[in-house]
Formats: sequence, structure tokens, C-alpha cells
Amino acid sequence: MSVVIETSGLTKVYQMGEVEVHALRGVDLTVEDGEFVSIMGASGSGKSTLMNVLGCLDRPTSGEYILSGKNVSELTPNEFAEVRNTRIGFVFQVFNLLPRTTALDNVELPLLYDHTGHVRDARAEAVAALERVGLGDRITHEPSQLSGGERQRVAIARALVNRPSIILADEPTGNLDSVTSVEIMGLFKELNSQGITIIIVTHEHDIAEYTRRMIEMKDGAIIRETMRAGRQPE
Amino acid sequence: MRLRNLLKIALKSLTKNRMRSLLTSLGVIIGVGAVIVMIAIGQGAQADIEQQITALGANMVMVFPGSSWSHGVSQGAGSRNRLTLDDAEAIRERATLVTAVSAEVRVSAQVIGGDSNWSTSIQGVDPEYQEVRDWSTVAGEFFTARDVRAKAKVAVLGKTVADNLFPGSDPVGERIRIRNTPFKVIGVLESKGQSAYGSDRDDVVMVPATTALYRLSGGRYINRIFVSAVSTEASKATEDELIAILREEHSLEPGEDDDFRVRSQAEFLETATETSRVMTLLLGAVAAVSLVVGGIGIMNIMLVSVTERTREIGIRLAVGARASDVLVQFLTEAIVLALVGGLVGILLAIGVSVFLDRVIGMTAIISPGIVALAFCFSGAVGVFFGYYPARKAARLNPIDALRYE
Ligand SMILES: Nc1ncnc2c1ncn2[C@@H]1O[C@H](COP(=O)(O)OP(=O)(O)O)[C@@H](O)[C@H]1O
Ligand SMILES: [Mg+2]
Repeated sequence: MSVVIETSGLTKVYQMGEVEVHALRGVDLTVEDGEFVSIMGASGSGKSTLMNVLGCLDRPTSGEYILSGKNVSELTPNEFAEVRNTRIGFVFQVFNLLPRTTALDNVELPLLYDHTGHVRDARAEAVAALERVGLGDRITHEPSQLSGGERQRVAIARALVNRPSIILADEPTGNLDSVTSVEIMGLFKELNSQGITIIIVTHEHDIAEYTRRMIEMKDGAIIRETMRAGRQPE
Repeated sequence: MRLRNLLKIALKSLTKNRMRSLLTSLGVIIGVGAVIVMIAIGQGAQADIEQQITALGANMVMVFPGSSWSHGVSQGAGSRNRLTLDDAEAIRERATLVTAVSAEVRVSAQVIGGDSNWSTSIQGVDPEYQEVRDWSTVAGEFFTARDVRAKAKVAVLGKTVADNLFPGSDPVGERIRIRNTPFKVIGVLESKGQSAYGSDRDDVVMVPATTALYRLSGGRYINRIFVSAVSTEASKATEDELIAILREEHSLEPGEDDDFRVRSQAEFLETATETSRVMTLLLGAVAAVSLVVGGIGIMNIMLVSVTERTREIGIRLAVGARASDVLVQFLTEAIVLALVGGLVGILLAIGVSVFLDRVIGMTAIISPGIVALAFCFSGAVGVFFGYYPARKAARLNPIDALRYE
């Protein structure tokens, strides 16, 4: 198996006036292609900060991040944008959909910013992505006309639409009830079985149960890793 | 393909946020529309005044007796009055840039005719007065040079006088008495209406200049000499020529002050134009305020939406938009709003101007320069406040833009 994500000594320091907040204190993490990883930890332990760095939404203060053999810190801003556009799909706790914009238009968005020119029919691909998350009959709905679970499905469809090899999800079920959470986790599991590398952040144990590998963070560092053998819930 | 996508995104964003789009364009519309209308009214007024004065004959030059209005304080009209019929005659014989010359002698008198009497102004003039003032008769005829030489007792009535002395009947051939001298009415003048100063120009009786001077006023001096220059452009040269002739006539030594004054209609025109320019400037200042108000409107709505838009930019960056993609989108939005608002403002201004012109009867002249200026200014304000906050947001990390509040 090939390594897709490799970090060494990642740190992130936020300067709050006089005070320095060390959100990450040297994170070494290796994720292989096709893995399903969960990151757990108390609030404020640096999970989101790590995810944002991995998702190329933010840059670390120091340390190395190699994504599929490429040193991310050497990328230009435009290459950075291209990584977000084509290689990584990001799912937020608060969905971050464009308001007053249909599900279809939201999902189509990454394709409109595609610079590689491989997008043939953005509409059709967006519809396909929505069907893949089970929202084929909701494509003209706007976020305000969708339930929380449906909104998160739209966000997942948007993360999927440009066929990324990695999906990062920061507490994707944090705003959902338990039944809906189970559905969303089922969806992630299915996507993982189709070969997509998935990392999710959660602070609920039964959500983490879905993944084979569990990582625990505390005070900006990884303190424990658990590999679970055997079956996971279907 | 990419640019087309970005334009598509911009247009979608505009239609999705109708209220914001509308309010932003409204600022541009008010700015552009108000400025154009204000300036159009100012320039219309200016043109009105110019046209009124030109209608009096832009090539007209007048000679006044040398009372001291040249020195600001009047020492009494005619205090040094030295204008005579001979002066008019000298101009007629020697001036080369002149097509018509008429003396004017003014006498106020009671006119008795028909069954009533009427106090009016008697003007003693030469036949060329008709040409200088462009004033024809509607009944009968004007007197001739022979009448002038003969000091003939003939009169041409202004419309007001004719209506008052001979209501409902033709005064031509009737007899009237002015200061007990009998006159024969030989014509009626066309109506000229009110003068620019509000007096009734038809309240007049015209008689030969010689008759007025020798039979009515009994003096030696005349009130004015009217001259038609060959062209408006020649009026300055004509003034110089008249000054030379009259100085010689009056035997003035070099260095001695003129004892008369020459003024051309062109000069009056300049003064009046200057006045109305000041007015246009004033209206322009009001218009500038509208522009600023419109600009502030645009600015407000843009700044109010900046939080929402920063989050939107964060979302776009997070799914892979480059900073330049976001900028193209926002620039497009701003330009479209400015263009649409500007065009609507121009159309509205044209509509209002036409309404003022046709319905209210006010002259309003739309000047392309002002249209361009107003358009560019509001456009620039719209584009600046639409684009500048977006530029700031697009330079943020996606995560910082998403977190912005
Ligand atoms: N933008 C920021 N500015 C300052 N401090 C921040 C910022 N984002 C996160 N932090 C701080 O960094 C630490 C880790 O935050 P975060 O990664 O969001 O934790 P988690 O997602 O595990 O709850 C926290 O102490 C938090 O207060
Ligand atoms: Mg978090």
C-alpha cells in the first residue's frame, strides 16, 4: 500500500496578542491509500487545526506535510487551490453550503473552478454525485429546504464531485441526530469501500467504531493509536 | 471555458441576491440620474438666455450717450449727453462694417386718439430701425427716409397702443394727437410681447426721429443709436470703428475720455452667459452631492454584506477557487451592477429631461460629457466597493475567510 499523507513535526501556533496558542505541537502522522481513520480527542485538542492543515485550508507554522509524495509547503497558492479542488474533498461540521443556492449548483461549484480541463459535463457529474449520496430527488432544493442530514449529504456530494482520492470530514455528524449520523457514517463507509481514503474527526466513540484505525489527540499531539481487528458495524 | 464559468458564477450570484443587487444599482441610478438632470436643467437655462438675447439680434451694436455709467456710479443719465442725429448720420455715411443705422429719441407722452387717450413711450427712429430690431408691421407700413427728412407727422402704433385707442377697428388712416400735434397713423407693429426685463414692448408709438426731436422733445440730443454690424463676429471691430468715427465727430483729443459708450449685444450675451454658468455650477454642486449620496449608498450596502460575502469567498476557496477566480467573479458583479445602474440612470435622466422639456416646458439639455462623468464616477464607486473588500477576503486563508465574522 502506498502512503498518501505523511506529516512530520507539524506545529501550528496562533498568536493571540501577547499569548501564543500552540494548537499543534509536532504531529507525525502517516496515512496509507484506502485507509479509514478517525481522530478523537477533547475539545481544543487540535483536531480541527490538524484537519485544516491536511485539507490545505491552512498552512502549518512548521513541520513537513507530504501529500502523495509532494511537499505541500513548496506549493504555490494556485497549486494549493488545485489540491483542494481535485485531490481532497472537505466536509465541515457546519456544512458550509452557499445559501439561496440549489443543491445542484452547490455540488457543481468545484467543477466550475476546475483548471485541469478534464470536466466534460459539470451538470451531469453534479447530478451523478447527488445520486451517489442518495439525493437524486432533491437537486433543485436550496439548503434552507433540506434537513440537516440532507445538507451534509449535499456537502459530501460536493466533496466527491471532482473524484478526490481523499475525503476529510471534521465532525461531520456533530450537528446531526444519532439516526442521521448512522446514515452518514454508512455513506462514508461505502465511499471508503470504493477506494477513497477517509479521515474523520469525531468525539463520539460509536462513530469512531466505524473506522479501523482510531487516533487520539491531546493538547495538540497524538497520544494513542488503536488498530481494530475484525468486523466493524455494517 | 473557465472565464465563461466565472461569468456564469457572477451572474448567478447577482440574481440570487436580488435585494443587494437592486440597492447597489439604486445608488448608481440616483448618482447618475440626478447629476445628468441637474446639469441638463442648468444648461437648458443657459441656452434659453442665450437664445433670448440672440433673438434680439446678436449683431446689434448700441451707442449710448456718455453718461457716467462707465464709472459705476450714475451721475444721471444724459449728464454729459452729446449724441446727435449728426452722429447717426456720420456713422451711416462712414462706417464700413455696418448694414443699418437708426437713431432713437424717446419721449413719454399722452396720446389721444379714437375716443380715448393713453400714456405711452414715443420712440423717434429711422426706417432702418425695423431692420436693426427685426420688427415688421402687421398693418399699413413703416415710414420712409423721406418722412424722416420731412419731419413728417406720421406714426406707427405698437399693438398695445392700437388695441387701447382703437379697440376692434383698424387704426391705419386714423388721426391721433401727441402733445397736441396731430399725427396720421400709417401702420401697426407686430407684437413682440414682454422684454427680458418684463416691460411691455408693444406699449410704444414710433415716429420719425426728426419729428420726435424737433416737434415733440424740442431738444438737440438723441437717446441712442442702434447699429447692425455685418456679422456677429464683426461686432467687436464695428465697436472700434464706431468709437473712431464718434471721437472724430466730437473732436476728442487723444487721451481724452469718450463722451459716449458703445456696447454690442455680443457683450450682453457674454455677461448673461456668465451668469447662467454660475447657476449651472450651483446645480452641478447639488448634483455632486447626489453623486456622493449615491456613492455612500453603494458603499454601505457593500460593507454590510461583507461578512456574508467573506464566508461565501471562504466556501469558494475551500472547494478550490483561486484567489484570481474570486476576484474575477466579484469584479464582474461590480461592473455589471455599475453598468446596469448607470444605463438605467441615464435612461431615467433622459426621461425626466424629456418630461421637463415637453410637459413642463423647461429647457433641459443633456450633455454627453456630464453623462460620461456621472457614469464613470458612480461606476468607479460601485466597482471599488464591490471589488476592494473581495480582494481582501480572497487573500485570506480559506479557513480564515470561513471563520470571518
Ligand atoms: N483561529 C484561531 N485563533 C486562535 N486560536 C485558535 C484558532 N483556532 C483554534 N485555536 C485554538 O487552538 C486550539 C485547538 O483548536 P481546534 O483545532 O479547533 O480544536 P478541536 O477541533 O480539537 O476542538 C484551541 O485551544 C483553540 O482555542
Ligand atoms: Mg474542532
